[in-house]
Amino acid sequence: MSNAATTETKPAVETIRIKVDGREIDVPKMMPDWQGKMVPTTMLQACQIAGGEVPHYCYHPKLPIAGNCRMCLVEFGTPAMGPDRKPVMNEDGTPKIAKSVLPYEPTTPRGAIACATPISPGMEIYPNSAATKQMREAVLESLLINHPLDCPICDQAGECKLQEYSVEHGQAESKFVEPKVHKPKAVDLGPRIMLDDERCVLCTRCIRFTKDIAGDDKLGIVNRGSYNTIATYPGTKFDNNYTLNTVDICPVGALTSKDFRFQMRVWFLKEAKSLCTSCGTGCNIVVGQRENKVYRYEPRDNDAVNGPWMCDSGRLNYKWIGRADRLSQLIKKQGDKAERISWTAATKEISDKLRAAAAGSVAIIASARQTNEELYLLKKVATKTGALTDSVARNGAGDKLLVNADKNPNSNGARLTGIAGAELGANIAKIAEGIKGGTIKTLIVFGEDVTKHGIGIDLLGKLELLVVSDILPSKTTEAAHYLLPGCAHVEKRGSFTNVKGRVQKFMKAVEAPGDARAEWEFLHDLVHNVTGQNGFVSIEGLFNQMATEVPAFNGVTWASLGDKGVTVQI
Amino acid sequence: MFDWINNLSPGMQTAVWATIKILGVLFLAVLPMVSYYVMAERRISAWIQDRVGPNRVGIPLTKIKLFGLGQPAADAVKAILKEDFMPAHVRKVYFWLAPMLTLIPAFMVLAVIPFGSTLGAQKMVIADLNVGILYTFGIVSLGVYGIVLAGYAANSKYPFLGGIRSSAQLVSYELAMGMSVVPVFMLVGDLNLSSIIGYQQGTLLGFLPNWLIFKLPFCFIIFLISAFAETNRLPFDLPESETELVAGYNTEYSSMKFAMFFMGEYTNMIAASAMMVTLFFGGWTLPFAGLDQPATTIMGGFLHIGIFIGKMLFFMVLFIWVRWMLPRFRYDQLMDLGWRRFVPFALANILFYAVYIWATTSGAAN
Amino acid sequence: MIVKRPELSWWERIYLPAILGGFKVTGKHFYRTVFQRKSVTMQYPEQKWTVPEGYRGAPYLVKDPDGNTKCVSCQLCEFVCPPKAIKITPPGPDGQVADRVNAEKMPKEFEINMLRCIFCGFCQEVCPEEAIFLQKDYSLTGLSRGEMIYNKEKLLNLGGVHNGPIKKWEHKLKEAEEQESFPVKQN
Repeated sequence: MSNAATTETKPAVETIRIKVDGREIDVPKMMPDWQGKMVPTTMLQACQIAGGEVPHYCYHPKLPIAGNCRMCLVEFGTPAMGPDRKPVMNEDGTPKIAKSVLPYEPTTPRGAIACATPISPGMEIYPNSAATKQMREAVLESLLINHPLDCPICDQAGECKLQEYSVEHGQAESKFVEPKVHKPKAVDLGPRIMLDDERCVLCTRCIRFTKDIAGDDKLGIVNRGSYNTIATYPGTKFDNNYTLNTVDICPVGALTSKDFRFQMRVWFLKEAKSLCTSCGTGCNIVVGQRENKVYRYEPRDNDAVNGPWMCDSGRLNYKWIGRADRLSQLIKKQGDKAERISWTAATKEISDKLRAAAAGSVAIIASARQTNEELYLLKKVATKTGALTDSVARNGAGDKLLVNADKNPNSNGARLTGIAGAELGANIAKIAEGIKGGTIKTLIVFGEDVTKHGIGIDLLGKLELLVVSDILPSKTTEAAHYLLPGCAHVEKRGSFTNVKGRVQKFMKAVEAPGDARAEWEFLHDLVHNVTGQNGFVSIEGLFNQMATEVPAFNGVTWASLGDKGVTVQI
Repeated sequence: MFDWINNLSPGMQTAVWATIKILGVLFLAVLPMVSYYVMAERRISAWIQDRVGPNRVGIPLTKIKLFGLGQPAADAVKAILKEDFMPAHVRKVYFWLAPMLTLIPAFMVLAVIPFGSTLGAQKMVIADLNVGILYTFGIVSLGVYGIVLAGYAANSKYPFLGGIRSSAQLVSYELAMGMSVVPVFMLVGDLNLSSIIGYQQGTLLGFLPNWLIFKLPFCFIIFLISAFAETNRLPFDLPESETELVAGYNTEYSSMKFAMFFMGEYTNMIAASAMMVTLFFGGWTLPFAGLDQPATTIMGGFLHIGIFIGKMLFFMVLFIWVRWMLPRFRYDQLMDLGWRRFVPFALANILFYAVYIWATTSGAAN
Repeated sequence: MIVKRPELSWWERIYLPAILGGFKVTGKHFYRTVFQRKSVTMQYPEQKWTVPEGYRGAPYLVKDPDGNTKCVSCQLCEFVCPPKAIKITPPGPDGQVADRVNAEKMPKEFEINMLRCIFCGFCQEVCPEEAIFLQKDYSLTGLSRGEMIYNKEKLLNLGGVHNGPIKKWEHKLKEAEEQESFPVKQN
């Protein structure tokens, strides 16, 4: 919907008429380059617009063009010009096309690299002609001359462009009979990156990324000819916070992640669209899991948030999900006696106590790591019981690329739903005061260890009712009267609002352990029991209900969030 | 040894002897016979099919195999120990009743068979009824209820089809079978099976035994073929044809209930063999060495029983053998054979012998 | 197509030839089995069957002639296995390096659930390293389900040695060693 609106308002772009594979299309004359600057459209982009993919290794839409892999060679032609500088016409009145040929050998087509050749009016591109195919075969054969062909071992197998193009465009046999050049294997480039030089096709994507995107110019090519090798600047390590992106963009298995090394073959991984929760940026990710174990996060394209990149710290921040000490039992504690109870019983007991609680005797400390929906439901409980609510601020160092100083993924969600004020954590001191003074007798804590944020164990001991929902054990969970095991974000669905007000949804990837249940499901039951209002039992309905009731989200629906989210006013 | 019986009243004596005969026949003759008949079927079938057959079970805990003669015992133990599984969808009362209704009539038929002449003072027949043959047909026709009931009780399609098939088949062939033996009684003039055997003493034309097979060959042919149909044997085993109906009426049965159907079927075959021997092959008689007269010694009595069993074995083996000779009939062929061939043929047969007897006897009377 | 039913002669229609023919055939076989002792039955536990060439028995892992594990844990067999009988635990970044120099990788654990295996041979067909072969064992028994899950050690012991002519990794190593400027990193 919003896309349609933007195209309508866009001024008409200047187009060029060309032919791709014999079909006439109009292509914009200028298109944004990797930095968003308008530059002349290339043949590769034109072919993409025409609906055909031109194979390529070194070209990446978000990196400067290098044009060194030669994989995107295509045969093409331009309108022939007569000596009078007028186009030569065929007998049927169409312009005569002069195919690009070698100057001294006019029967041999001369291809051009599609990634770096701008289009011109009347140009004809032949991405599927016999000559183009022959060029691709030759380039592939050349790239494979020194390739070790160790796919059974290589971690890239299954998502390797060399494999894919060999199947699609390559030939089964190599004419190369001489011994292959052997280069170093398993080179330790940095703390998170392993390099296998034999597999490298020298596309220099990694060099360009780290120089131009990450701003950490440490990689380069050393040696000559067949002995070209990727290496770090002597004496340094490739260790910036964005190194793992080079693994993503490496079209072959040369750069591999040490974390994912030999962990699982990629074709086993079931993928779910999700979000990174390590900071307020809310990078879009794909969670790769198999048999309920998360193996990796990978960035997912979203130009409104993270482009195709994400930081290493966020990417590796998944190991806690399957930790052995995850809270997986719903525990009710009375004095020293702890027993396991059912969700039905817990919901009933907690809501009975909340209904009986005097106005102002309840406080809620939610977490800005919770989803918009959960914070919204908690706010409903708070409104009914007249509770004092707040969240916890979590600040750290940011950088100029993706990492944000706000380490909560949903601080804006907490603000918009009314759980917290402009400054997160402003009310915590007041709540602590209330507990000390005895006015606050009931505390509900979601996903935070309040003992680290000003409400000590001694204060928690004074409470009549402490309901804690969390994922991992902490001092607060130990003190809880009702301990509700919650879900990590990859175990449920929901939405976050990032620091720039982008509302994005995430999908479920794995099952939660034991009793653990998505918080919004429990909160829905609780809200129903406490306020008497029935709500939606599906996340879609709940989000849509919230969107109508929370002013900032008005007009947004779960469906309209799409994969890339919607920006709201904050 | 039996003096105490002689001191009882005549009624009591009959009752005691009948009990002894029933128990003797049932447990010493029929049940072992049934179990070894099953064994024999398996071995003979195997031999015909170039196999060996069950030859392993001998004396337990030893290595003595005895040619596999322990197999029936092992089968019995297995049948008893297997889980008696009853599917949830069956009609329980009928499900229980059906195996009994199959087995009991099969045993009851044997009551009127004279399986020997005399042993001491006792006639070797449990109940020497003067309407023996009528009793036999009456009881045999009860057997169909077991199968139909099994098909109905199982409450699933294959048993149901099996039950339906068997009801039509048994009723049809009973008609042909019943009519096939009418000339026997016209000739003998008695319904008592002992009298029929008595009629077959002596020789015919000086060299043939005076058996009714030689006088009434067509009766025998109809009776034999109908017997195959009545006992659900190939080529007429449509009620339980494995290739079409899984296992027919006993598909849902397991354990001892299944074993009862099995025993019933084999008892029926034994009874049919005994009937054929009695009606057409002179029962316990042999037309030489005075063996066609009732025995006067105990040894003679046992010899007659042996002769009877020997003749029976021939038919029992025939039942097994035919199974591998002929393919199964199609159901329409079966019905066609029963109604359009055998029933008219049997009627014509009766008419022929009636005219023959009328011609010969009226001539004598005149 | 309509096949005309053959017309039977009167002689054939009275079934006697069929009965006599049946008797002849069955009698011949009976005679052969009982009197000539030519039954086709094999007395199984005493007589063992000679497995034909190309028989697809239980899949086992093999070692190369130097006694090294050939499997490199590529998990293609796990992927292709129709009943999901194969479960491979990859070594991970800190796992034990392969037995063979230069091969980098071998499975930490390799399990085949022989109760699930259908002996289709896909694993053998797909294996790029010739590390798994369907061998001639056809009688696999165990007292529990757990016992029927064969682990890497057991599979390697049962599989024995495969004398394949292609020694990919050895060849690579030799080639590399001849190039002095780029010695292969030997783990």
